[in-house]
Amino acid sequence: MTELVRQHLIDPEICIRCNTCEETCPIDAISHDTRNYVVDFEICNWCNDCISPCPTGAIDNYRNVAKSSPYSLAAQLTWDDLPREVEAGAPSEGELPEEVERLTAIAQSGQGGPTTPPWSAAHPYVNLFTPARPVTATVMGNHRLTADGASADIRHIVLDFGAVAFPVLEGQSIGIIPPGTDAAGRALGMRLYSVASPRNGERPDYNNLALTVKRVLEDHEGKPQKGLCSNYVCDLAKGDKVQVCGPYGTTFLMPNHPGSSILMICTGTGSAPMRAMTERRRRRMALEEGGELMLFFGARSADELPYFGPLTKLPKQLIDVNFAFSRVPGQPKRYVQQLLRQRHEDVMRLLADDNCYIYICGLKGMEAGVEEALRDICRDHGADWQEMLPRLRAQSRYHVETY
Amino acid sequence: MAIDYSEKIPNNVDLASNKTLQRALEQWQPGFQQWWAEMGPEQSQTSDVYLRTAISVEAKGWAQFDYVKMPDYRWGIFLAPAEEGRKVNFGAHKGEAAWQEVPGEYRSTLRRIIVTQGDTEPASVEQQRHLGHTCPSLYDLRNLFQVNVEEGRHLWAMVYLLHAHFGRDGREEGEALLERRSGDADNPRILTAFNEKTPDWLSFFMFTFITDRDGKFQLAALAESGFDPLSRTCRFMLTEEAHHLFVGESGVARIIQRTCEVMVQHKTDDPVKLRSLGVIDLPTIQKYLNFHFSVTSDLYGAEISSNAASFYTNGLKGRYEETKITDDHSLEGSEYAYMDVVNDQVVSRHAQAVTLLNERLRDDWVSDVQAAIDRWNKVPAKLGVPFQFTLPHKGFNRKIGLFAGHHISPEGKLMSEVEWTHQHKNWMPTEADRLFVHSLMGRVVAPGKFASYIAPPARGINNQPVEFEYVRFN
Repeated sequence: MTELVRQHLIDPEICIRCNTCEETCPIDAISHDTRNYVVDFEICNWCNDCISPCPTGAIDNYRNVAKSSPYSLAAQLTWDDLPREVEAGAPSEGELPEEVERLTAIAQSGQGGPTTPPWSAAHPYVNLFTPARPVTATVMGNHRLTADGASADIRHIVLDFGAVAFPVLEGQSIGIIPPGTDAAGRALGMRLYSVASPRNGERPDYNNLALTVKRVLEDHEGKPQKGLCSNYVCDLAKGDKVQVCGPYGTTFLMPNHPGSSILMICTGTGSAPMRAMTERRRRRMALEEGGELMLFFGARSADELPYFGPLTKLPKQLIDVNFAFSRVPGQPKRYVQQLLRQRHEDVMRLLADDNCYIYICGLKGMEAGVEEALRDICRDHGADWQEMLPRLRAQSRYHVETY
Repeated sequence: MAIDYSEKIPNNVDLASNKTLQRALEQWQPGFQQWWAEMGPEQSQTSDVYLRTAISVEAKGWAQFDYVKMPDYRWGIFLAPAEEGRKVNFGAHKGEAAWQEVPGEYRSTLRRIIVTQGDTEPASVEQQRHLGHTCPSLYDLRNLFQVNVEEGRHLWAMVYLLHAHFGRDGREEGEALLERRSGDADNPRILTAFNEKTPDWLSFFMFTFITDRDGKFQLAALAESGFDPLSRTCRFMLTEEAHHLFVGESGVARIIQRTCEVMVQHKTDDPVKLRSLGVIDLPTIQKYLNFHFSVTSDLYGAEISSNAASFYTNGLKGRYEETKITDDHSLEGSEYAYMDVVNDQVVSRHAQAVTLLNERLRDDWVSDVQAAIDRWNKVPAKLGVPFQFTLPHKGFNRKIGLFAGHHISPEGKLMSEVEWTHQHKNWMPTEADRLFVHSLMGRVVAPGKFASYIAPPARGINNQPVEFEYVRFN
């Protein structure tokens, strides 16, 4: 397999040749001629000293390249603009880990059979790193998303991949391998976590991604049991190294064509892919590509809802947000399915719109209720869910991941 | 060294250890704040602006972004880190240790150099104070304010040098810097270009593109100075100046981009039609370029200058990138070319290089401007619009130096007064051109929206999206 690496490049279209970067670089990796400023792949050691002083952002550009053939200085000096990002076929060598296939099958069972990604989804890279040959990521941040008094400890974790290419798309997952061995001395198995940041990084154009991870303290039946991997991840500190494999996921991907809409229904940490997709759209708002975003998000209370603050601050013209809280003292319990019914007209309009793609993510328990609500809404509008579902699937418009 | 924000005046010069100096600056500070309130950007005092503030002078520390109310901006005194064992690198004192204190014999000369540079900083803030009312976007408004606060900081940098090294004279000069006013009939700013109006955003972008580039070359020449505190101050100022150049260069490029897009869309190059479509026709942009180029060219002073020669020989002000030039750094016996007007002809002549240092710095600046114009020209080329911007001849519209009193066309042809009077309106913005540009200056402040005459930038500030709320009005 070709080893992909990141190459630091300067965008000649934006660079104003102020010389600040060359002046700043402590190891003389940057030079120029009368035309362009260029970074020497062999010298640059990723200290990033040049990044913040650049007045234009031209310095802040990267391309994934084969390690054996980075862009040479001679080539860079002839550029008028940066080469396009190579959308090479995914080098998905070898088999997916069994555990990933098993978990994916369970997670996607709710959509009623296999499906394909939206026709305008970007091509995903999968399985670039395996449990046997993982990549080491560095923790750049870990903060609690839920209020201090909340029963759930949900965390926002940012991982950085340094100079190693780890391309992900919104809706994909990565595997984390906790350190240590089990009682029998075998390496511990990986756990899958959905990526919560858009494809160009939690911090745009940095080689990083975010995860939304809930500290597991009980099993499915509610008996106390500490989740080994989730506790490991939730306890990570800035600077810690983590073994990562993946990326995984080839169908739960967002549409990219202008005018496409997204209907998102989630609970708890099922919000991770929704956040990624929403953030992708938010960063592209200025392009005015059209399409709507509609979100139904359930949690016990506002305090327990990850990203509650940021979500309420999103512009109304970007996204229609609907919260359902089931444990607010003095108020009746509300679930996402009730909200769906309440907003039946808009939901029906989106179900009927060939350009709207539907994503459901969260606990297994929500699946039945949501599907029932969708069935009811169809009936009220003279449509038949039983007929609609296969059509949605055939059009790659219905995607479920529940756990 | 980290910048000490606990002090009243943020600094990395250990101000606390020099109580006299600290008190002097603390006394100057209210005057500065008063000046900012009176002459800083209009109606902007309560807005939260997404600004870059230096928290240390090292690469990672000086670009911290956050919302700040401009009157709360932490103006302070930052010098680039000292260079161990730095020497005087040119002139008669070459090889001596760089001076940490002002040599007595150069005291008044250095003071004049610093005051002249310092005077341009508040002047440009004054020139630009009305522009916030007509900003083409929140992104541009933020960039204007960033330029303004940094010009304010550059004033601090120069006043620090005056207070720290020039005693009572320095303190008086510090006061006078707050008293002169751009365009004031009785008490104007020192240099002519800094008394011109900046009436619209095209002028603002041209000013930051061309006139701030003069700032870059002056600062670069002073960064070579044998007077080490001046050198270190200017080196740090240069990193900030780069942002100003970016605002100007990309601002005009975005205006060109928008015009070219509309030209392609409507398949027309008719200025009347283009103007009716709300964009600035390319010939008018060329006229603005001609005007700003010629006015700024005068800032370098007379071609032949004994002052410039003595600045150099005495080790006070070097050439651009002096230490990167491989010669003996004394200029003894070497010559340099310049242009003159002799018998109704523009001719090239040679003279002692040391007397032509103003001209040399101007030439370095011209090449830098030309390189940026080449980048502008890629915009129409890319969109298939057959138009190229060109720099006028160095003698065009000059009021200072050997071309003053002569009339030179943009192509370099010497003309009679009659010809000039007849033609100059084709080369420089007329009142009608200015009125038209002014008519486009509506205020656009919805996040992500841009005025009709300018394209959005390729990317936002500090990796924020273009539609980020760069300024919040309160």
